[in-house]
Amino acid sequence: MEKTVRFRARLSDGIANIKLMIFHEMETGYRKDKNSGEIIPQHFIHTVHVDKNNERVLEVHWSRSVSKNPYLNFMVPGAQTGDTITVTWFDNKGFSGDGSVELK
Amino acid sequence: MIFPLHSRRSLLLILLFMFSGACVATPENDRKQYLDIFARNIPGVPVSEYVHGSMMLSQDAREQFNSIMDFPPFQDSLDRGKTIWNRSFSNGKKLEDCFENQGENIAGNYPYYDEATERVITFEMAINQCLEINGEMPFNFTNVDTMGALTAYARGLSDGMLMNIQITSPGAREKYEKGKEFYFKRIGQYNLACASCHLTHGGYYFRDELLSPTIGQAVHFPVFRGGERLYTLQMRYQRCMEAVGATPLESGSETLNNLEFFHSYLSNSLPLKSAVYRR
Amino acid sequence: MSLLQSTERREFLRSAFAIVGTLIVTPSHSSDWDQIAYNKTRIVDSIKSVGIDDFSNIIDGSDLIELNTPEIAENGAIVPITIQSQIPQTERIFVFSEKNPQPLVSDYVFSTKVTPYVASRIKMAETSYVHVLVLADGKFYRTAKEVKVTIGGCGEE
Repeated sequence: MEKTVRFRARLSDGIANIKLMIFHEMETGYRKDKNSGEIIPQHFIHTVHVDKNNERVLEVHWSRSVSKNPYLNFMVPGAQTGDTITVTWFDNKGFSGDGSVELK
Repeated sequence: MIFPLHSRRSLLLILLFMFSGACVATPENDRKQYLDIFARNIPGVPVSEYVHGSMMLSQDAREQFNSIMDFPPFQDSLDRGKTIWNRSFSNGKKLEDCFENQGENIAGNYPYYDEATERVITFEMAINQCLEINGEMPFNFTNVDTMGALTAYARGLSDGMLMNIQITSPGAREKYEKGKEFYFKRIGQYNLACASCHLTHGGYYFRDELLSPTIGQAVHFPVFRGGERLYTLQMRYQRCMEAVGATPLESGSETLNNLEFFHSYLSNSLPLKSAVYRR
Repeated sequence: MSLLQSTERREFLRSAFAIVGTLIVTPSHSSDWDQIAYNKTRIVDSIKSVGIDDFSNIIDGSDLIELNTPEIAENGAIVPITIQSQIPQTERIFVFSEKNPQPLVSDYVFSTKVTPYVASRIKMAETSYVHVLVLADGKFYRTAKEVKVTIGGCGEE
């Protein structure tokens, strides 16, 4: 299964600074195909669930106004080594994906 | 600041300046003279900063660059390039077997002049030569998903290496001079030469764009415009030619190879960095 | 095709209203992705649709919300923004780009387990204000910054 989420997590002084990128086109629906001239349909992530040790800590709602290969950075205070951050994304075409990182 | 890009006089003045003070016109003297021009155009900006092109004078632009480069959106292109680089040929060999040091810290030696074939060989050509020798299909120079992605990754193996173009034979010198000739040649409907913008006015503003100085350009390629549209150096030459209303030459053509040879020499002793964000 | 009998029709209409009623009653700042809010095309409607009826109730949060945006976006397709709310009990942050075809860009629902901070990259169609609304303790706070855009980011090649 192709990895769609890439993490860079840093834990220091009990705060986890989580940076991640989800590889997704985030197609606006305003672009035209160069060859056919047809509009390329919208295809974007609308919801991201962020869990720490299976507990929801952040919910993200995006739109086609979010950049391609969307980047997200957030902070989790009170994090410890061994905690797992899991990210699940859902898009408007019904696709989804996930990824997780264990804090060290 | 508005200036007469179309002025023949400004170009002549540059050429006069070049031939007056210098003893003999050698590539190294050319490079030093151009450095003097930029020192006058953008005083106080260290040469090491020229590699950042139009971000040299804007902290706002630099911060965006740093923010995006911290976690670049084109990571998927680099991953694709890495996969291609690491792929075994049918005969079991890999691309790294064709290069010294397994492809690490070598990109600064390209392009080079090949005495045997009397041609300039670019990094992309060397990759295709490797593929062909090993019975594999060569890549199209302007295919961003194959050659583009591959060089974005493979040139990265030489990040930090100082540009090191060698001109040590009459044949090499001839190619350098041919590249230089094209660089100063006015082309297209706008009748502009590379030199018009990037030498005479390198460091100046043209409308809201800062014209990057020639010295420092060749080291930071390929670029990802807007974070996603990949351009190799020769693809960028082609876009520039279109911008002045000229029909672009083919990537891998002798003229563009000679231009890249001349252009890369001018960035000698500046550090390479592959896969950079540009607006 | 036969018409529904009057009693069946009444039953049908009753359940239809019940369903529609549920949709109307659902709080505007529920945790589901709100397709209606995100499809609004005017900034005023976008802001209303996140649960604000009276704009005079929005509190000026410019001292309490740190919004970092570039002055001149290098490329409107990828504008880095950073938001940190200093307002206690921050529950939610909404981001708008005023001149986008659909101004509501994103929103973030914070539990107490994360800092009310987020950095992301957004598309801006043209020079406009980026507005940030913070919902904290039932009240809305606002700040905004103008971002100049020379290369638009929504439908370019």
